Amino acid sequence: MRYLIPLLLFLGLGVLLFSGLGKDTRYVPSPLIDKPAAAFVLPELRDNTRSIDAKQFTGTPYLLNVWGSWCVACQQEHPVLMAYAKTKKIPLVGLNWKDDNETALRWLAALGDPYDAIPVDADGRVAIDYGVYGAPETFLIDGNGVIRFKQVGPLTPEIIATEIEPRLATMGVK
Amino acid sequence: MRRIVFALAFLLTTTLAQAIDPLPFANEAEEQRFQALARELRCLVCQNQNIADSDAGLAKDLRNEVFEMMRAGKSDDEIRQFLVDRYGDFVLYDPPFKAVTLVLWVGPILILIVGFAIARNMMLRGGPHPDLPGPIDDKVDR
Repeated sequence: MRYLIPLLLFLGLGVLLFSGLGKDTRYVPSPLIDKPAAAFVLPELRDNTRSIDAKQFTGTPYLLNVWGSWCVACQQEHPVLMAYAKTKKIPLVGLNWKDDNETALRWLAALGDPYDAIPVDADGRVAIDYGVYGAPETFLIDGNGVIRFKQVGPLTPEIIATEIEPRLATMGVK
Repeated sequence: MRRIVFALAFLLTTTLAQAIDPLPFANEAEEQRFQALARELRCLVCQNQNIADSDAGLAKDLRNEVFEMMRAGKSDDEIRQFLVDRYGDFVLYDPPFKAVTLVLWVGPILILIVGFAIARNMMLRGGPHPDLPGPIDDKVDR
């Protein structure tokens, strides 16, 4: 009995610390889930005479992937995006964040271009509206232009299968 | 010795440097308001720095954003709200008291109370150790 309380306290502390072990301390929950995605009109990377308006995507769900050629984790993520683009399920929009156009184009030429549209956010303004704090980040935006899910860090086949596909199913995309 | 002096001198320079990239402040009051605001906003890339001290690209963007909002006549609360809407309470170094942050605010006080209770119990329960002399009795004449 005498040792019961310290033992319980110790176990409590142990559980608390243990539950924190696997967690990513850099993960910040986004307040933007279930909020409308911010509007933007930005130039297209591959054709700077065109501009891309966020409104043009409403109607169908799409993925907004924030990337930059300077971002090492984006390179690691890239094959996953390439594979996903081949399924042609939903449009893939690549927000090119704080990048140099020439380098970004060369990066895509070397690694492949999975994107249906590439708005260029050179000064990072739009990224702030999306609460972006590190690339890559990926947003799943539904047909009404509402953010449904946000992935911080590289997309993986597992995340697509467990987080994105089930949500797409509820939006009527197979 | 000389190395240590140099190292300390470098420490001094970093604390004296204020904003990393100077912004075109109109006057000192504006600059002070900006510095106060930037100091309570967390840089999300380098999480244990505020946006006034951080050299990260995002911190610079956020400084510019804050500065432009000040210029546009936004109040401190409006600027804070703008960032909280996008990055959540985590961006504030002084998070508000609400359901999600309850553990953060109440936890330490709770732990302190429990600790005091345990300490008190332990001290009261045992009484004096048998090997130690008892309390000094003032009434004993010498």
